[in-house]
Amino acid sequence: MIATCPECAAEITLPDDTMESEIIVCPECGAELEVISLEPPTLALAPEVEEDWGE
Amino acid sequence: MRIGVLCSRIRAEEKLLFSELERRGLTFEKIDDREQIFDLHQREYPFDVVLERAIQHSRALYMLKILNDAGVPTVNSYRVALTCGDKFLTTQALVHAEVPTPACLLAFTPESALEAMEQLGYPVVLKPVIGSWGRMVSKINDRDAAEAILEHRDVLGNYQHSIFYIQEYVDKPGRDIRSFVVGDECIAAIYRTSDHWITNTARGGIASNCPVSPELAELSIRAAQAVGGGVVAIDLLETRDGRMLVNEVNYTMEFRNSIETTGVDIPARMIDYLVAVGQGR
Repeated sequence: MIATCPECAAEITLPDDTMESEIIVCPECGAELEVISLEPPTLALAPEVEEDWGE
Repeated sequence: MRIGVLCSRIRAEEKLLFSELERRGLTFEKIDDREQIFDLHQREYPFDVVLERAIQHSRALYMLKILNDAGVPTVNSYRVALTCGDKFLTTQALVHAEVPTPACLLAFTPESALEAMEQLGYPVVLKPVIGSWGRMVSKINDRDAAEAILEHRDVLGNYQHSIFYIQEYVDKPGRDIRSFVVGDECIAAIYRTSDHWITNTARGGIASNCPVSPELAELSIRAAQAVGGGVVAIDLLETRDGRMLVNEVNYTMEFRNSIETTGVDIPARMIDYLVAVGQGR
């Protein structure tokens, strides 16, 4: 699966076990991205960490 | 069995848990908190058990309340999430269960907070009552630093930041301990070692195996029971005179760095527990 980084337009190859809502890092620009769809493979900038996030 | 999983962002932990469910042939429904609309008049939900893996405490709390009120058991329960998600409530639970925990003072104004820090003696640790991964946790070494941080909090913070939770600084040996409790068993533990006084692995702390001594197991289980039980991760500090203090309890535990380190299949143990809860055991 190949998707495009919304930040730098790099073409990113997603592993086969990629899931929707998973977070990946663009290998070219380092942006944190969320997989918002698998068909077609689509990435969006991941939301910033909020104050009550965590364990 | 009808299993639900509350989640949004899929971390390494969620992938491991999903794989374990699939390996056992257990079907489950992902409940993405970003897509849900809850009808608060709805009083039944079609689940035997729900695993909570949301990343956002406020959402986890409300969803667990809705499910528990509808009679759906959750791992963990609303009560556990409520207590663990707030450091003040955690400390109260630990103190009243007589679980050793660092000295801690609470104040509501910058002036009384400064007085509390002077009483406790520097260095002290100032923490937001809600939050994880060591964010905005400050070690305050003297009165100058205290005044600066208190003024920043007062001017820049929201109302949460005017709750001053002030803890004794424990001079730990360059590491702390995280133990994992599932039900009534302490299944594994790691040391988190760092040159920095904040040892969270999310902040660069290095994990290594920590043997589960009877003392560690007993203290961990007591801490878990104090907050209401379930599947929790306990953060413990070792003092220079050989005591162990329970620092925090986490209710949506992260464990990606601890499976190979400890040799314990943590997600499998979690799913065992989830299934047992779903079967009413």
